[in-house]
Amino acid sequence: MRPVLLRLGFVLGLPAVLVALWWAASDGSTNVYWPPLRTILKTFPDVWTADRLRSDVLPSVARLAAGYATAAAAGVALGTVIGSYRRVRAVCEPVLEFLRAVPPPVLVPVIMLFAGIGDTMKIVVIASGCVWPVLLNTVEGVRAVDPVMAETARSYGIAGPARLRHLVLRSASPQIFAGLRQALSIGIILMVISEMFAASNGLGFTIVQFQRGFAIPDMWTGILVLGLLGFVLSALFQVVERRVLAWYHGLRAANRRSP
Amino acid sequence: MLDVRGLQKVYEGSGRRVEAVRDLTFTVEAGELVCLVGPSGCGKTTLLKCIGGLLTPTAGEVLLAGKRVTGPPPGMAFVFQEYGRSLFPWMRVAQNVELPLKQKSLSKERRRELVADALGSVGLADAAGAYPWQLSGGMQQRVAIARALAYEPDVLLMDEPFAAVDAQTRADLEDLVRGLWRERGITVLFVTHDIDEAVYLGERVVVLSASPTVVQETLKVDLPIERDQLTTRVAPRFAELRTHVYAQIQAAKRGVPRQPDAPEELRTDTPPPH
Repeated sequence: MRPVLLRLGFVLGLPAVLVALWWAASDGSTNVYWPPLRTILKTFPDVWTADRLRSDVLPSVARLAAGYATAAAAGVALGTVIGSYRRVRAVCEPVLEFLRAVPPPVLVPVIMLFAGIGDTMKIVVIASGCVWPVLLNTVEGVRAVDPVMAETARSYGIAGPARLRHLVLRSASPQIFAGLRQALSIGIILMVISEMFAASNGLGFTIVQFQRGFAIPDMWTGILVLGLLGFVLSALFQVVERRVLAWYHGLRAANRRSP
Repeated sequence: MLDVRGLQKVYEGSGRRVEAVRDLTFTVEAGELVCLVGPSGCGKTTLLKCIGGLLTPTAGEVLLAGKRVTGPPPGMAFVFQEYGRSLFPWMRVAQNVELPLKQKSLSKERRRELVADALGSVGLADAAGAYPWQLSGGMQQRVAIARALAYEPDVLLMDEPFAAVDAQTRADLEDLVRGLWRERGITVLFVTHDIDEAVYLGERVVVLSASPTVVQETLKVDLPIERDQLTTRVAPRFAELRTHVYAQIQAAKRGVPRQPDAPEELRTDTPPPH
């Protein structure tokens, strides 16, 4: 019981202090652009009704999920191919370094040209930004398969799909997850940006609408919703990661005890 | 069972040509336990990988039950020195042992039977659900041995399997290997750099020369089949044999050409060369 309370205290301590500071600092604010936190929180339930959640948050999350899943699948698949063959890597690496260096938001106008302004465009934007960290981390993970394990697999006739499933992907999974984690925050950013360009619903669209309509407290509530969404997604990600990589954390802890 | 004929392995790369193994010929009969011992860096691992089909020899050939080895054959199982990197840390012990069997199209019940049997015979029936990294080094190597046993190989290849465990665990594992060999009648080719281990374990010891490797000598170990860490290691015959192997290895390091097999002077007590 006590350790649980203590951990909860550690988790909530700093956020509570920051919220209190914000509350105190903004309390007497008359600046239109910096409304008191009190006002923002009072506006919150009026703005984020169940209706709005359905019409704006849900489409955003759905587009994020579609783009992210596409990027994850493509990144892992391509990364495995590139990481497995030295020749393919030699051909692809310079191109990958270049493409990775292009900031994903600048792709929005380009992608709009051929993918239109619908959901497809937003999903393509999200996927094209998220794919790089997944891809590059997968390449590194696949390359780093332990030679002794690879030899073990060979000597026991573990080849083809079984090798991929039981050796290569599992061995690369810590790196793949590191890539997926980076991709998640990029995905959220691109979700918002893509909706700011051309959209009729979604979180990014709503926030820009409020800003243009000088509904400043409403705009701030939108930013809070985005923050909360990011927090929930990252917590979910952690739960999945802990499950899938339980062996990895255990192995590392065991190695720390007896190096 | 296992025929190695004129085996040569040359590594070539970046203008350097290294002849690791020059010309090796020896046989391992079915049901035999043969130890390969040689000075450090004499290409023991290279040799074993050629035999196991993990490396392609430059010349010569390896025959398993009369068939030429071109890739890892299903009739061989490997136990590596680096147990920590040979078991898959994302799989539990039983899954590690079972994985190679899944490639053999055996029924689920048969696989389960083999896994339980193999883990039982290395004394790890209780550890089936543990992850390898939760076990000690010696136990991990037992898992690797169980994996090899469950595979039901014609020949078990062991590459310095106990070089990385402590001395007491090592003694236990040596007795385990001898016990399994006697119980199951498997054919074992055991590579080591430890002379005592080679003499204690083997029915026959093949002494290798320094690299480029040839067979320095083949020696029959005429110790009783019943061996034990306490009495065998202090038996006069054990001392004679180990002294002889030691002298051979020293000679091999100096590059003295091979001596005839089954030396006569062993009958008399020769003091160790120092």
